[in-house]
Amino acid sequence: MNFLEQVKILVIKDIMLEWRSKAAFNSILLYVVSTVFVCYQAFKTVDTLVWNALFWIILLFASITAIARGFTQETQHRYLYYYSILNPRALVISKIVYNALLMILISLTAFVVYGTIFRNPIGDLFLYFIAVSLGAISFSSVFTMVSGISAKTGSNSTIMAILSFPVIIPLLIMLIKLSQHAIQGLERAASSSELFVLIAINVITIAISLLLFPYLWRD
Amino acid sequence: MRKTWWKILAVIMVGSSVIAGLLGPVPELPILNETIRNVYYHVPMWFAMIFLYLISVIYSIKYLGSSDKKHDLIAVEAVNTGILFCGLGLLTGMLWGYITWGDPWPNDPKLNGSAIATLMYLAYLVLRNALEEEQKRAKISAIYNIFAFPVMIVLIYILPKLTDSLHPGSGGNSTIGSLDMDNYMRPVFYTAAIGWILIGVWIGTMRYRIRLIEEQDDNFDNSAT
Repeated sequence: MNFLEQVKILVIKDIMLEWRSKAAFNSILLYVVSTVFVCYQAFKTVDTLVWNALFWIILLFASITAIARGFTQETQHRYLYYYSILNPRALVISKIVYNALLMILISLTAFVVYGTIFRNPIGDLFLYFIAVSLGAISFSSVFTMVSGISAKTGSNSTIMAILSFPVIIPLLIMLIKLSQHAIQGLERAASSSELFVLIAINVITIAISLLLFPYLWRD
Repeated sequence: MRKTWWKILAVIMVGSSVIAGLLGPVPELPILNETIRNVYYHVPMWFAMIFLYLISVIYSIKYLGSSDKKHDLIAVEAVNTGILFCGLGLLTGMLWGYITWGDPWPNDPKLNGSAIATLMYLAYLVLRNALEEEQKRAKISAIYNIFAFPVMIVLIYILPKLTDSLHPGSGGNSTIGSLDMDNYMRPVFYTAAIGWILIGVWIGTMRYRIRLIEEQDDNFDNSAT
């Protein structure tokens, strides 16, 4: 099997596992909707800056809980089996792709729910859409590697938060800025530097994950 | 003698830059006034920190290739010393900011970026404590260290360039080198920068050697009992 084929099979395997139980998707969705309600009840009306920041904080915590499970939902023995027949790089790429797909689905649903309950005018809907999708991809590219690291420590949830928050902050700053531009409906050319930095950081993190993962999986 | 010349050089460079920095002439600039002398202390702290983190990431990469415990010890002690220099850089910066900007902690991307980068390296130390087994600890923390390094560069160098910053050299401000430093200040500044980097490396190597002796003691105790 060549590399891309391995990635494809692994992604399909992950999607099928998820489709059978739907545990991750449903629980994260429930989590997002209830947080949106809590925020709505607590704030009633907010200005756009707070609205935007709240949305990204909800997404941040949702994606941490979703992706932290990435390397722990299957047993260690099964990973041993994967490692003996697969390229470790294919495994990490497949996890990133799968997490990105899951996060895009979750964040778009969250966006629709958040937008309908907590109404707020958005100037450039398409750009906001792009920001949300890019955010989902960025979260998955960073958190996949960090969840792989924290899965090795055993005491998962706190280590995951400690390790991933400082790493995600530059991305989050850029995302909040980009989506703020979208809300204000600025010209798209004004956001090009943010877009460029976001894509560059994503490329770097994915490249480093590819380089480092072969060292991580071996115990 | 062959190994101590750079330590002597470090002391001479830092010593002479302290004397020349405090006594030498400086241009009279609005707002900055005499506080421009702080450039000899504040900026070299960050140079030393970046240099130590760079050493740390290089030895982390080496560790992944060699699995040599010494490389891991160098990496962690370089991070420890780097955090020390980051603290000093923040302190001198806050003092300077309090006088020139009227606020020790203004909402500036460079300040926040360096604080967040410090959090990342503190997380690296927490990660090391969370892992019991020695080889596993060395390997996994090396992986995190390499993963964190480019993010640190983005936080400290790239983000402040994109946003409005009070610091020179970012947010459309010109660098301090081209703007405010005259021909007397520049050599003093470079001497101070190289001197402090050498001092940082010296502290790091000392910490590493203490660590090495401690490890040997532990091994000796274990084998004796």
